[in-house]
Amino acid sequence: MAGPMKMRASVAGGFTEVRVLMTHPMTTAQSGQALHFIQNITVKQNGKAVVEAEISQAVSRNPVFSFRLKGGAKGDKIEVSWLDNKGETNKIETAVA
Amino acid sequence: MNRFFATLLVLGLVASPVLAQDTKKEIQKYQQMIADGSPVELFELEGEALWKKPQGPQNVSLEKCDLGQGAGVVKGAYARLPRYFKDADRVMDLETRLLHCMTTLQGRSREEATKRVFGNENQPSEMEYLSAYVASQSRGVKLAAGNSHPKEKEAYELGKALFFHRAGGWDMSCASCHGEENKRIRMQELPVLSKREFARPIMATWPAYRVSNSQFKTMQWRINDCFRQMRYPEPKFASDATIALSTFLTVTAAGEPYRGPGTKR
Repeated sequence: MAGPMKMRASVAGGFTEVRVLMTHPMTTAQSGQALHFIQNITVKQNGKAVVEAEISQAVSRNPVFSFRLKGGAKGDKIEVSWLDNKGETNKIETAVA
Repeated sequence: MNRFFATLLVLGLVASPVLAQDTKKEIQKYQQMIADGSPVELFELEGEALWKKPQGPQNVSLEKCDLGQGAGVVKGAYARLPRYFKDADRVMDLETRLLHCMTTLQGRSREEATKRVFGNENQPSEMEYLSAYVASQSRGVKLAAGNSHPKEKEAYELGKALFFHRAGGWDMSCASCHGEENKRIRMQELPVLSKREFARPIMATWPAYRVSNSQFKTMQWRINDCFRQMRYPEPKFASDATIALSTFLTVTAAGEPYRGPGTKR
Protein backbone atom coordinates (compact mmCIF):
# COMPACT_ATOMS: atom_id res chain seq x y z
CA MET A 1 0.00 0.00 0.00
CA ALA A 2 1.23 3.46 -0.84
CA GLY A 3 2.44 5.62 2.04
CA PRO A 4 0.84 8.92 3.02
CA MET A 5 0.72 12.17 1.07
CA LYS A 6 0.44 15.66 2.44
CA MET A 7 -0.78 18.76 0.64
CA ARG A 8 -1.28 22.45 1.25
CA ALA A 9 -3.03 24.81 -1.12
CA SER A 10 -3.56 28.53 -0.70
CA VAL A 11 -4.60 31.41 -2.88
CA ALA A 12 -2.77 34.75 -3.02
CA GLY A 13 -2.26 37.47 -5.61
CA GLY A 14 -4.34 35.77 -8.29
CA PHE A 15 -2.51 32.45 -8.03
CA THR A 16 -3.19 29.19 -6.28
CA GLU A 17 -0.05 27.73 -4.71
CA VAL A 18 -0.13 23.97 -4.30
CA ARG A 19 2.55 22.12 -2.39
CA VAL A 20 2.40 18.37 -2.13
CA LEU A 21 4.58 15.75 -0.45
CA MET A 22 4.55 12.13 -1.58
CA THR A 23 5.88 8.99 0.02
CA HIS A 24 7.68 6.98 -2.63
CA PRO A 25 10.99 5.06 -2.78
CA MET A 26 11.77 6.39 -6.31
CA THR A 27 14.18 3.52 -6.83
CA THR A 28 16.56 3.99 -9.74
CA ALA A 29 18.24 1.40 -11.93
CA GLN A 30 21.57 2.19 -10.27
CA SER A 31 20.42 0.93 -6.88
CA GLY A 32 20.46 -2.69 -8.03
CA GLN A 33 16.84 -3.04 -7.00
CA ALA A 34 13.83 -3.25 -9.24
CA LEU A 35 13.03 0.05 -10.89
CA HIS A 36 10.22 1.71 -9.02
CA PHE A 37 9.33 5.30 -9.67
CA ILE A 38 6.44 7.67 -10.18
CA GLN A 39 5.73 8.23 -13.85
CA ASN A 40 2.64 10.40 -13.96
CA ILE A 41 1.33 13.18 -11.79
CA THR A 42 -2.05 14.80 -12.31
CA VAL A 43 -3.30 17.96 -10.64
CA LYS A 44 -7.01 18.65 -10.79
CA GLN A 45 -8.74 21.89 -9.92
CA ASN A 46 -12.45 21.34 -9.18
CA GLY A 47 -12.31 18.07 -11.07
CA LYS A 48 -10.64 19.49 -14.18
CA ALA A 49 -7.10 18.37 -14.97
CA VAL A 50 -4.82 21.42 -15.00
CA VAL A 51 -1.43 19.73 -14.85
CA GLU A 52 -0.47 16.43 -16.46
CA ALA A 53 3.16 15.72 -15.68
CA GLU A 54 5.50 12.94 -16.65
CA ILE A 55 8.48 12.54 -14.37
CA SER A 56 11.46 10.23 -14.35
CA GLN A 57 13.80 8.34 -12.03
CA ALA A 58 15.77 11.56 -11.68
CA VAL A 59 13.35 12.76 -9.02
CA SER A 60 14.33 12.15 -5.38
CA ARG A 61 12.82 9.77 -2.86
CA ASN A 62 9.78 11.16 -1.04
CA PRO A 63 9.48 14.05 -3.48
CA VAL A 64 7.90 17.43 -2.91
CA PHE A 65 6.26 19.31 -5.76
CA SER A 66 4.80 22.75 -5.91
CA PHE A 67 2.53 24.12 -8.60
CA ARG A 68 1.42 27.64 -9.25
CA LEU A 69 -2.01 27.71 -10.84
CA LYS A 70 -3.48 30.80 -12.40
CA GLY A 71 -6.60 32.08 -10.70
CA GLY A 72 -8.60 29.98 -8.29
CA ALA A 73 -10.52 30.82 -5.15
CA LYS A 74 -10.82 29.76 -1.56
CA GLY A 75 -12.63 26.47 -1.21
CA ASP A 76 -11.58 25.16 -4.64
CA LYS A 77 -10.99 21.43 -4.61
CA ILE A 78 -7.46 20.49 -5.53
CA GLU A 79 -6.65 16.85 -6.17
CA VAL A 80 -3.18 15.50 -6.82
CA SER A 81 -2.64 11.91 -7.87
CA TRP A 82 0.33 9.86 -9.00
CA LEU A 83 0.82 6.64 -10.90
CA ASP A 84 4.07 4.69 -10.82
CA ASN A 85 5.64 2.17 -13.19
CA LYS A 86 4.23 -0.76 -11.18
CA GLY A 87 0.71 0.56 -11.55
CA GLU A 88 0.49 1.66 -7.91
CA THR A 89 -1.33 4.88 -7.35
CA ASN A 90 -2.30 7.32 -4.62
CA LYS A 91 -4.12 10.63 -4.39
CA ILE A 92 -4.93 13.39 -1.98
CA GLU A 93 -7.58 16.09 -2.06
CA THR A 94 -7.78 19.35 -0.19
CA ALA A 95 -9.75 22.59 -0.25
CA VAL A 96 -7.83 25.77 -1.05
CA ALA A 97 -7.29 27.88 2.07
CA MET B 1 28.59 20.45 -8.15
CA ASN B 2 27.41 21.29 -4.64
CA ARG B 3 30.46 19.65 -3.16
CA PHE B 4 32.70 21.66 -5.44
CA PHE B 5 30.95 24.84 -4.37
CA ALA B 6 31.24 23.84 -0.72
CA THR B 7 34.95 23.24 -1.16
CA LEU B 8 35.36 26.72 -2.59
CA LEU B 9 33.49 28.13 0.37
CA VAL B 10 35.71 26.26 2.81
CA LEU B 11 38.83 27.55 1.08
CA GLY B 12 37.36 31.03 1.25
CA LEU B 13 36.86 30.63 4.97
CA VAL B 14 40.55 30.06 5.50
CA ALA B 15 41.41 33.12 3.46
CA SER B 16 39.16 35.77 4.90
CA PRO B 17 36.96 36.44 7.96
CA VAL B 18 34.54 38.43 5.79
CA LEU B 19 33.98 35.36 3.66
CA ALA B 20 33.47 33.32 6.82
CA GLN B 21 30.36 35.35 7.53
CA ASP B 22 29.13 34.79 3.98
CA THR B 23 29.73 31.09 4.37
CA LYS B 24 27.61 30.97 7.49
CA LYS B 25 24.82 32.83 5.70
CA GLU B 26 25.06 30.49 2.72
CA ILE B 27 24.83 27.47 5.01
CA GLN B 28 21.80 28.99 6.70
CA LYS B 29 20.19 29.58 3.32
CA TYR B 30 20.88 25.96 2.40
CA GLN B 31 19.32 24.78 5.66
CA GLN B 32 16.20 26.83 4.99
CA MET B 33 15.94 25.38 1.51
CA ILE B 34 16.09 21.79 2.69
CA ALA B 35 13.59 22.43 5.50
CA ASP B 36 11.06 23.76 3.00
CA GLY B 37 8.96 20.83 1.91
CA SER B 38 10.82 18.31 4.04
CA PRO B 39 9.47 14.75 3.98
CA VAL B 40 9.55 14.86 7.78
CA GLU B 41 5.77 15.36 7.72
CA LEU B 42 5.33 12.02 5.97
CA PHE B 43 7.18 10.32 8.83
CA GLU B 44 4.89 12.05 11.31
CA LEU B 45 1.83 10.70 9.48
CA GLU B 46 3.22 7.14 9.32
CA GLY B 47 4.12 7.41 13.00
CA GLU B 48 0.62 8.44 13.94
CA ALA B 49 -0.80 5.44 12.08
CA LEU B 50 1.65 3.14 13.90
CA TRP B 51 0.79 4.70 17.27
CA LYS B 52 -2.85 3.76 16.66
CA LYS B 53 -2.21 0.31 15.21
CA PRO B 54 -2.92 -2.70 17.45
CA GLN B 55 0.19 -4.87 17.74
CA GLY B 56 1.83 -7.60 19.80
CA PRO B 57 0.37 -10.54 21.74
CA GLN B 58 -2.10 -8.18 23.48
CA ASN B 59 -3.13 -6.76 20.11
CA VAL B 60 -3.42 -3.23 21.45
CA SER B 61 -2.17 0.10 20.14
CA LEU B 62 0.12 2.48 21.99
CA GLU B 63 -2.70 4.96 22.50
CA LYS B 64 -2.76 4.24 26.25
CA CYS B 65 1.01 4.64 26.59
CA ASP B 66 1.95 7.06 29.35
CA LEU B 67 4.75 9.27 28.08
CA GLY B 68 4.86 11.19 31.31
CA GLN B 69 1.81 13.42 30.93
CA GLY B 70 -0.75 10.71 31.64
CA ALA B 71 -1.92 7.64 29.73
CA GLY B 72 -2.36 8.47 26.06
CA VAL B 73 -1.27 12.13 26.30
CA VAL B 74 1.06 12.84 23.39
CA LYS B 75 0.69 16.61 23.27
CA GLY B 76 3.73 18.23 24.86
CA ALA B 77 5.12 14.90 26.11
CA TYR B 78 8.33 14.92 24.09
CA ALA B 79 9.38 18.37 25.32
CA ARG B 80 9.37 17.03 28.88
CA LEU B 81 11.57 14.02 28.21
CA PRO B 82 13.82 12.50 29.43
CA ARG B 83 12.22 12.25 32.85
CA TYR B 84 11.87 9.91 35.78
CA PHE B 85 9.10 7.29 35.59
CA LYS B 86 7.94 5.83 38.85
CA ASP B 87 6.48 2.65 37.31
CA ALA B 88 9.87 1.73 35.86
CA ASP B 89 11.93 3.42 38.59
CA ARG B 90 14.27 4.94 36.05
CA VAL B 91 14.87 7.97 33.92
CA MET B 92 13.67 7.35 30.36
CA ASP B 93 13.96 9.14 27.06
CA LEU B 94 11.35 8.87 24.32
CA GLU B 95 12.56 5.66 22.71
CA THR B 96 13.11 3.96 26.05
CA ARG B 97 9.58 4.85 27.09
CA LEU B 98 8.15 3.64 23.78
CA LEU B 99 9.99 0.37 24.28
CA HIS B 100 8.55 0.18 27.80
CA CYS B 101 5.02 0.59 26.41
CA MET B 102 5.66 -2.00 23.69
CA THR B 103 6.70 -4.57 26.29
CA THR B 104 4.16 -3.73 29.00
CA LEU B 105 1.06 -2.68 27.03
CA GLN B 106 1.47 -4.67 23.84
CA GLY B 107 3.10 -7.62 25.57
CA ARG B 108 5.98 -7.80 23.13
CA SER B 109 9.37 -9.17 24.10
CA ARG B 110 12.25 -6.75 24.41
CA GLU B 111 14.18 -8.84 21.87
CA GLU B 112 11.43 -8.55 19.28
CA ALA B 113 10.78 -4.85 19.91
CA THR B 114 14.46 -3.93 19.65
CA LYS B 115 15.27 -6.20 16.73
CA ARG B 116 15.45 -3.28 14.36
CA VAL B 117 15.65 0.04 16.16
CA PHE B 118 17.58 1.85 13.45
CA GLY B 119 16.18 1.59 9.95
CA ASN B 120 17.52 2.48 6.56
CA GLU B 121 16.30 4.52 3.63
CA ASN B 122 14.38 1.62 2.15
CA GLN B 123 12.73 0.59 5.37
CA PRO B 124 12.62 3.04 8.26
CA SER B 125 12.17 1.54 11.73
CA GLU B 126 9.09 1.62 13.90
CA MET B 127 11.02 3.69 16.47
CA GLU B 128 11.83 6.29 13.83
CA TYR B 129 8.24 6.69 12.70
CA LEU B 130 6.93 6.81 16.25
CA SER B 131 9.59 9.31 17.35
CA ALA B 132 8.65 11.59 14.46
CA TYR B 133 4.99 11.53 15.43
CA VAL B 134 5.44 11.97 19.19
CA ALA B 135 8.04 14.72 18.82
CA SER B 136 5.86 16.60 16.31
CA GLN B 137 3.17 16.86 18.99
CA SER B 138 5.50 19.04 21.09
CA ARG B 139 6.03 21.80 18.53
CA GLY B 140 5.96 25.13 20.30
CA VAL B 141 6.35 23.58 23.75
CA LYS B 142 9.41 24.66 25.72
CA LEU B 143 11.97 21.95 26.42
CA ALA B 144 11.76 20.97 30.07
CA ALA B 145 13.45 17.63 30.70
CA GLY B 146 13.15 16.33 34.26
CA ASN B 147 15.72 17.85 36.57
CA SER B 148 14.31 17.59 40.08
CA HIS B 149 14.02 13.91 41.06
CA PRO B 150 17.28 12.53 42.54
CA LYS B 151 17.50 10.01 39.65
CA GLU B 152 17.08 12.81 37.12
CA LYS B 153 19.87 14.75 38.80
CA GLU B 154 21.98 11.62 38.81
CA ALA B 155 21.34 11.13 35.07
CA TYR B 156 22.28 14.75 34.38
CA GLU B 157 25.54 14.42 36.31
CA LEU B 158 26.38 11.11 34.66
CA GLY B 159 25.65 12.59 31.23
CA LYS B 160 27.84 15.57 31.94
CA ALA B 161 30.69 13.34 33.11
CA LEU B 162 30.31 11.17 29.99
CA PHE B 163 30.32 14.22 27.75
CA PHE B 164 33.79 15.17 28.94
CA HIS B 165 35.14 11.64 29.50
CA ARG B 166 37.89 10.70 27.07
CA ALA B 167 38.10 7.03 26.15
CA GLY B 168 38.17 4.60 23.25
CA GLY B 169 40.77 3.84 20.64
CA TRP B 170 41.20 7.49 19.73
CA ASP B 171 41.02 8.86 23.27
CA MET B 172 38.10 11.09 22.38
CA SER B 173 35.24 12.58 24.32
CA CYS B 174 32.08 14.27 23.03
CA ALA B 175 33.83 17.53 23.92
CA SER B 176 36.69 16.73 21.54
CA CYS B 177 34.37 17.75 18.69
CA HIS B 178 31.70 19.67 20.57
CA GLY B 179 33.91 21.63 22.98
CA GLU B 180 35.25 24.55 20.98
CA GLU B 181 33.41 27.33 19.21
CA ASN B 182 33.53 28.02 15.46
CA LYS B 183 34.55 24.53 14.44
CA ARG B 184 32.91 22.47 11.79
CA ILE B 185 33.31 19.39 9.65
CA ARG B 186 32.67 20.33 6.02
CA MET B 187 29.24 22.01 6.00
CA GLN B 188 28.32 20.79 9.45
CA GLU B 189 28.83 23.18 12.32
CA LEU B 190 30.00 21.61 15.56
CA PRO B 191 27.97 23.17 18.34
CA VAL B 192 29.44 23.37 21.83
CA LEU B 193 26.69 21.26 23.31
CA SER B 194 27.67 21.81 26.93
CA LYS B 195 26.75 25.49 26.48
CA ARG B 196 23.15 26.59 26.66
CA GLU B 197 23.09 28.84 23.59
CA PHE B 198 24.47 26.07 21.37
CA ALA B 199 22.51 23.18 22.88
CA ARG B 200 19.17 24.98 22.52
CA PRO B 201 18.75 25.10 18.73
CA ILE B 202 20.13 21.57 18.36
CA MET B 203 17.95 19.87 20.96
CA ALA B 204 14.93 21.79 19.65
CA THR B 205 15.29 20.16 16.23
CA TRP B 206 16.06 16.51 17.01
CA PRO B 207 14.93 13.88 16.07
CA ALA B 208 15.45 14.84 12.46
CA TYR B 209 15.27 13.88 8.80
CA ARG B 210 18.58 13.71 6.96
CA VAL B 211 18.30 14.77 3.34
CA SER B 212 21.72 13.37 2.43
CA ASN B 213 20.60 9.79 3.05
CA SER B 214 16.80 10.13 3.08
CA GLN B 215 16.55 8.77 6.60
CA PHE B 216 14.82 9.82 9.75
CA LYS B 217 17.18 9.72 12.73
CA THR B 218 16.33 9.44 16.41
CA MET B 219 18.32 10.80 19.35
CA GLN B 220 19.28 7.25 20.35
CA TRP B 221 20.78 6.85 16.89
CA ARG B 222 22.57 10.20 17.13
CA ILE B 223 24.30 9.19 20.34
CA ASN B 224 24.98 5.68 19.07
CA ASP B 225 26.63 7.11 15.98
CA CYS B 226 28.73 9.60 17.97
CA PHE B 227 30.01 6.61 19.96
CA ARG B 228 30.88 4.88 16.70
CA GLN B 229 32.65 7.95 15.39
CA MET B 230 34.65 8.14 18.63
CA ARG B 231 35.51 4.43 18.26
CA TYR B 232 33.82 3.51 21.54
CA PRO B 233 32.13 0.16 22.05
CA GLU B 234 28.56 0.36 20.74
CA PRO B 235 26.20 1.60 23.45
CA LYS B 236 23.16 -0.55 24.20
CA PHE B 237 19.87 0.83 22.94
CA ALA B 238 17.98 2.61 25.74
CA SER B 239 20.90 2.12 28.14
CA ASP B 240 21.53 4.39 31.12
CA ALA B 241 24.56 5.94 29.41
CA THR B 242 22.59 7.06 26.34
CA ILE B 243 19.70 8.36 28.44
CA ALA B 244 22.14 10.21 30.72
CA LEU B 245 23.71 11.99 27.75
CA SER B 246 20.28 12.93 26.40
CA THR B 247 19.30 14.20 29.84
CA PHE B 248 22.43 16.33 30.12
CA LEU B 249 21.92 17.82 26.66
CA THR B 250 18.19 18.45 27.00
CA VAL B 251 18.48 19.97 30.48
CA THR B 252 21.23 22.23 29.11
CA ALA B 253 18.83 23.30 26.34
CA ALA B 254 15.90 23.88 28.74
CA GLY B 255 13.50 26.67 27.83
CA GLU B 256 13.92 26.49 24.06
CA PRO B 257 10.58 26.04 22.24
CA TYR B 258 10.62 22.71 20.43
CA ARG B 259 10.36 23.12 16.64
CA GLY B 260 11.25 19.71 15.30
CA PRO B 261 11.37 17.14 13.99
CA GLY B 262 14.08 18.96 12.10
CA THR B 263 15.60 18.57 8.69
CA LYS B 264 19.36 18.21 8.50
CA ARG B 265 21.79 18.18 5.61
